[in-house]
Amino acid sequence: MKIRRTRSGTAIGIRKCPTGIRGLDEITKGGLPQGRPTLVCGSAGSGKTLLAMEFIVRGAREFNEPGVFMSFEETTDELADNVASLGFNLPVLIARKRLALDYVRIERSEIEETGEYDLEGLFVRLAQAIDSVGAKRVALDTVEALFAGLPNEAILRAELRRLFRWLKQRGVTAVITAEQGRNQNLTRHGLEEYVSDCVIFLDHRVINQIATRRLRIIKYRGSVHGTNEYPTMIDERGMSVLPISSLGLAYRVSTGRVSTGVATLDEMFGGKGYYRGSSVLISGTAGTGKTSFAAAFADAACRRGERCLFLALEEAPAQIVRNMASIGLKLRPWVQGGRLRFHAVRSTLYGLEQHLVAIHKHVSEFRPHCVVIDPITNLTTVGDPTEITSMMLRVIDFLKQHGVTAVFTSLTTGGHAEQFSEVGISSLMDTWLLLRQSESGGDRTRLLYILKSRGMAHSSRIREFWLTDKGIRIDDGARAGVRK
Amino acid sequence: MSPTAIRRPPPKEWELRLYIAGKTPRAIKAFENLRTICEEHLAGRYAIEIIDLLEKPTLAKGDQIVAVPTLVRRLPEPVRKIIGDLSNTERVLVGLDIRERAAV
Repeated sequence: MKIRRTRSGTAIGIRKCPTGIRGLDEITKGGLPQGRPTLVCGSAGSGKTLLAMEFIVRGAREFNEPGVFMSFEETTDELADNVASLGFNLPVLIARKRLALDYVRIERSEIEETGEYDLEGLFVRLAQAIDSVGAKRVALDTVEALFAGLPNEAILRAELRRLFRWLKQRGVTAVITAEQGRNQNLTRHGLEEYVSDCVIFLDHRVINQIATRRLRIIKYRGSVHGTNEYPTMIDERGMSVLPISSLGLAYRVSTGRVSTGVATLDEMFGGKGYYRGSSVLISGTAGTGKTSFAAAFADAACRRGERCLFLALEEAPAQIVRNMASIGLKLRPWVQGGRLRFHAVRSTLYGLEQHLVAIHKHVSEFRPHCVVIDPITNLTTVGDPTEITSMMLRVIDFLKQHGVTAVFTSLTTGGHAEQFSEVGISSLMDTWLLLRQSESGGDRTRLLYILKSRGMAHSSRIREFWLTDKGIRIDDGARAGVRK
Repeated sequence: MSPTAIRRPPPKEWELRLYIAGKTPRAIKAFENLRTICEEHLAGRYAIEIIDLLEKPTLAKGDQIVAVPTLVRRLPEPVRKIIGDLSNTERVLVGLDIRERAAV
């Protein structure tokens, strides 16, 4: 069956309920199926409760859809405390009648079973909670706890089936969480049998001692959706899912140019520098001056009155500022004036996802015109090459969408061919500047050339350059270097 | 634990609450079963309060009611819960602690 789509990619016929969770609405093309239950499964600690809670809280706060959160594991006080750190103030939402919390506690040891029963009590409570706030959204976290509390599984299964049907009839959009089962079962008690409109799987694993979270949409009836595993982050603002890009390659391109920070280098790029919004790779072996070129670019951005974000993955900001002062680049005033922001972090401190999220966060907050990541190769220590490539793709995509001009430095380790780019991202770059050293006659000379620069005429000569106390000086071509 | 012999507690020492949701055949059966058991074992010393959750839905939260019918023994303490239509008399007696478990 061919599914007709609107311009946003939403299938006609299925209405979507936006979650407000960063990234999730993009990969679901608009949100969860409205008026239907969605199953969220995953192992302990994978973020199921948080996803369910964020869905409810954002619904109440941002989409004018009050919600009910029925918890089977944590008391209402515990819940409120746990999510307070994410800026979710549950007591206020409850007081404003935007949220109803109910903690359902079932202790098997306190319950004697004699004869037939049903779970009408649960239905009554849920209905009461829904009516008390006029809820459009419901979260059940995790309804499976009933299996531990009630001895008769046959009754329970029949009642759960009835519950999910009932939720649909009430027209509420529901999130039902469930613990991951053994032996590749999605859930321990086979809830996927009952809730099958949309199934989201959360994963939390440790690779190379670094925790990574992933989210995958296993199933979404009647809708297209992203099928990949998406890196997911939980930080002080809640959950975020990081799609490669919902916009694909459709970002606007600019014909504007920005200075490289070195006049002679600008000339090599047809006299004007890099394209605004493009991605630039500066690669070279150790000590070739990669950071200096990156800093010159940052300095030029600040001179133009723009904001620049400098992600330092290797050196401390103070050290970069000191070192660059030695070649005549005074970065300190820009930092003090707020135009230049450093974000320094050891690459191994975080998983790739966290780095990605950190970049997202800084860019959305600081809204820089230019970004420097120095060096991206340091990230190879925290992920395998395919992961790095997919992360870089996400970073580049994200920066391009925001029209940010980005300079990445990349360390080429000795022994590799110069064009060998460890991160495998050269094809993603619009411009590639290669730095190298050569030793001859007892001297070490620094050389540079433009390996590629998409969409512009550029110099193809190898030039010598010097790091002087007045900045980077490039041989102006009068003393022609070695021809390529 | 005291032996099977029933102590002589003061009247209305047994405070029971039966939660139902509508006057369904199952609810009526549960009530009849309960009254029979009480008359036989607790005559004159019990009080039964019936709470219909369809009329008072807010009360379900307080006693943590999920299943119906649920019989809650509020007194004597500790609180105990028995779910179902109370058709298994033996288990009701055990659940209410009228008869000691070992004696069943």
